[in-house]
Amino acid sequence: MYKGRVSELLVAAEVEIGDTIKISKNGHTYEGVLIPRSEIYDDKHIVIKMRSGYNIGISVNEETSITKIGEGLKPTFSKLTSPEQKRGLPKVTVLSTGGTIASRVDYRTGGVRPALSANELYSIVPELSEVANISTEVVFSLLSEDITPNHWTKIAEYVTRRVEEGVNGVIIAHGTDTMGYTAAALSFALQNLPIPVILVGSQRSSDRPSSDAPSNLVGAVSAAAHAPFAEVAVAMHETVDDDGVIFHRGTKVRKCHTSRRDAFESVNANPIALFKNGQINMLTEHYQKRDKRSRLTTKAEFNEDVALVKFHPGFRTEALSWYINKGFRGLVLQGTGLGHVGSDCIGPLKRAIDKGIIVGMTSQCIWGRINMNVYRTGRELLKIGVIPLGDMLSETGLVKVMWALGQTKDPTEVKTLLLKNVANEFSDRSVFAKY
Amino acid sequence: MADLDFEKIGLLVGLEIHQQLNSEKKLFCDCQAELFNEEPDFVFTRRLRPTQSELGQIDAAALFEFKKGIKILYEGTRPTSCLVEMDEEPPHDIDRESLEAALVVSLMLKANPVNEIHVMRKTVIDGSNTTGFQRTAVVALGGEVRMRRFTSPIQHISLEEDAARKISQKDSVLTYRLDRLCIPLVEVATAPLSCTPEEAEEVALRIGQILRASGTAKRGLGTIRQDLNVSIREGNLVEIKGVQKLELVSSVIETEVQRQLSLLEIREELTHRGVEEEDLQDKPQDITRLLADTKCNIIRAALQEKKRVFALKLSGFGGIFGRKLTQSTSFGREVADRVRFWGAVGGILHTDELLAYGITAEEAKALNVALNIEKDDAIVLVAEDLEKCCEALEAVRERAVEALTGVPEETRAALDDGSTRYMRPRPGAARMYPETDVPPIQISQSFLEELRLKIPEPPEKKMGRLLHAYGLNRKLAGQVLNSRFNELFEEIVKETKVSATVVAAFLTETFRALERDGVDVDGVSPQQIMELFKLISAGRMAKEAASDVLVWLTEHPEGQVEEAVETLKLGMLPEREIEVLVDRLIGENRRFLNQRKEDAFGRLMGLVMKQERGRVKADIVRKIVAKKMDQI
Repeated sequence: MYKGRVSELLVAAEVEIGDTIKISKNGHTYEGVLIPRSEIYDDKHIVIKMRSGYNIGISVNEETSITKIGEGLKPTFSKLTSPEQKRGLPKVTVLSTGGTIASRVDYRTGGVRPALSANELYSIVPELSEVANISTEVVFSLLSEDITPNHWTKIAEYVTRRVEEGVNGVIIAHGTDTMGYTAAALSFALQNLPIPVILVGSQRSSDRPSSDAPSNLVGAVSAAAHAPFAEVAVAMHETVDDDGVIFHRGTKVRKCHTSRRDAFESVNANPIALFKNGQINMLTEHYQKRDKRSRLTTKAEFNEDVALVKFHPGFRTEALSWYINKGFRGLVLQGTGLGHVGSDCIGPLKRAIDKGIIVGMTSQCIWGRINMNVYRTGRELLKIGVIPLGDMLSETGLVKVMWALGQTKDPTEVKTLLLKNVANEFSDRSVFAKY
Repeated sequence: MADLDFEKIGLLVGLEIHQQLNSEKKLFCDCQAELFNEEPDFVFTRRLRPTQSELGQIDAAALFEFKKGIKILYEGTRPTSCLVEMDEEPPHDIDRESLEAALVVSLMLKANPVNEIHVMRKTVIDGSNTTGFQRTAVVALGGEVRMRRFTSPIQHISLEEDAARKISQKDSVLTYRLDRLCIPLVEVATAPLSCTPEEAEEVALRIGQILRASGTAKRGLGTIRQDLNVSIREGNLVEIKGVQKLELVSSVIETEVQRQLSLLEIREELTHRGVEEEDLQDKPQDITRLLADTKCNIIRAALQEKKRVFALKLSGFGGIFGRKLTQSTSFGREVADRVRFWGAVGGILHTDELLAYGITAEEAKALNVALNIEKDDAIVLVAEDLEKCCEALEAVRERAVEALTGVPEETRAALDDGSTRYMRPRPGAARMYPETDVPPIQISQSFLEELRLKIPEPPEKKMGRLLHAYGLNRKLAGQVLNSRFNELFEEIVKETKVSATVVAAFLTETFRALERDGVDVDGVSPQQIMELFKLISAGRMAKEAASDVLVWLTEHPEGQVEEAVETLKLGMLPEREIEVLVDRLIGENRRFLNQRKEDAFGRLMGLVMKQERGRVKADIVRKIVAKKMDQI
């Protein structure tokens, strides 16, 4: 929005966003619709959308005069016509948490608005009406980086309610940056699911014709409605092509690219399933089967006093002391290689463990399994009580420690939980595959 | 055509001239701004979805394409395309070199640069942009092109990314190449101009000249493209895309005016016959059985593939389909083009041509009976699957209805011969919204002052100099002005003693002649050309040998000019060797020289020049021959 001098001028001219205005300056006149200006830019320019559709910014000086020549044009989004809903289709709920999997553009003002209702989804992605009977619900509207463990709890509660109502599948629309964390959290929180719970996002904003959102959504809804698995999974593009949506297991998935559509990868595991040409094909034999009779157990408490600490050359051990003194209950280390930290960390870590703080070890290599028996530092860390987290992703390790500490206060029980394979966060074998 | 009064017809022409910039990098990434011809390094497939705007007004053609299940295949090479072209990474900052070039062009056209440039997304979903939109920004408003007799106002100048190159379309797969995507373009859009086609072409040529004079334009076929908006009174706005040569502008406009006039005549004829939309409600009829034994090759082939034949009656359209609209098109062809777009059928047959395609008089008669045809009616046939037949004939019916109101508003593609072809319905108002991934770019006064220093000499001023300071004739001066070597020309003339006319003729006519012969002269660098003229100037080679050197250089990209002269034995003959040669020739021709003393000089000169042309200078030979003859 406008601020400073420009704002004063606009107020004085009694114009509002959306009004058609004429700006005169140094012998030039400009006509167009007043467009909002992002707050991060300066307060010296007015932005208008000209009749040609182009926006330009006009700098303001002493000679600038503004007159209103047309009444406000507010972004309008005409009523959409959605295709006829087929009867007897599986019921799928789409929970939205933020990000936009669908949006609409008003070209007159350049406004973009998220499309959230089932009707809007049907009209934008008409194929959906032939796959499932969709209902939608807005849980909250947050950027992915603003989602906290409290939000995981809330999402888990929403899903639980829907499962109890007997829907055939649940979709969670989520910003992609932290979608992997939420997927891990729900994997631990929602045990013995009778139906699939699919997180879906997009890497290209949904206002553009090339967005990956519609095809991801079609894949996700198809899986929610028909897939034989009943687990928490992330549905995103398989490759940069628009024809395959792949399902990653919630505890084994990580965003590995900043911008590509196929940014998500299953780490140290196979993806569960692939949606292609309208068909879902399972990619593994080991999965929890969809079964109406399964009774969901929801364990959605998380403890936020846990940190993920990345060791690096020059790492200052005071950082560890800070966590200890601040009363953190758990630390997940992202060590080097097979699971190491500098030997000067051993003292502070021992102090932490002696105080009852849970310390888990993962590797910053991302791919592969840690093994703390190979080198002396590893052996010493094991000896003081650092818990080796096998081939678990660091992010999943963090979430699991938060979750375990949410379930029990007893350090021994926490340790047992951490070493138990709750939601396929560990794989027993390291299969030779591309990484 | 010459007798048409364009003012009376109400001709309005808007020009949009798109010039590729010769920038090092692309507009929103650091890829090479070059095309490739080798096999692609990678391919991938996408689908584009009509944007989720006010769906009621969605681009009909775009929606149609999407429903057809069109898949788009993109091909790329690593040096020319990165994740940005693939729509797998947000755009980088706008290329400064291109931005400066666009602003310099704006200043040359006396346009008013905007204070803050906002990059927009213009929705385009034919697949030519991986994103589904073209990134484009207005950099300046207003301005003018001054011609001798009139002035054409400029609407705006924008900087935008070029689209991907369409390679093929097979069934439901469109193939594009990514190399051209994101190459910077400057667009100069004029205000609608009431003028003759010739005047419009003059404006286009002048804009082209100014773009070239800016020194930042790419050269070669396809680097400058014109879109024309043409309308006449009672007609309609028709957008003609992709005129590849400025010299075609006037003939494309004339042809379009002719087409619109013919369509208005057809409207008049139909009104006269009393045809109304209600008369065009007949349903397509299956006439497969009627033509089961036809000799018509097209239909027989279709029937062998188990296709069906459908016919549509168009009341009151008798004779209309065969009518010529322009030199090369008829109303029938116009309808056929439309059908090809909306239905995947090869073509249509209509009453006015049935007999020519092998339908017998009896068959035609049977058709007439079956469809209840009267004198002024027409029949259109399509041979295809049931669904495609119906789609195609519905498109025929729609086009026929449009003929009742005259000229449909549409987008047409320009062909090489100056004619045009239906491309798609005209999109509604430009669908633009902000490209939020590129922050607004402020243009300060001090930056503009810097750019003002970079404005090259305007073409008309340079023309004067070429004529008067260099003494070139008008034709040569014009050629130099439009040549990519116009700066090199002046440098060569300044640095060498070779005459301006020789340099000019070489840089324009000789180059063009070699190009015509298939010599790839583009690879020769300005430095090499300069070197060549220095050798000529120093008397180390003859100007007549210059084109041989040029050819050698194109065949030896790493080679030096001196090396060429040596290898081709084009070096000047030292005077001592000329003397030896003259002595030898005198010996060989002694009898002739003795008998016809008066012709001896000319004969000797001729022999030497013939034998060593390109390696000797005439005045030196003359001197030596004279000396030797004295000694005889």
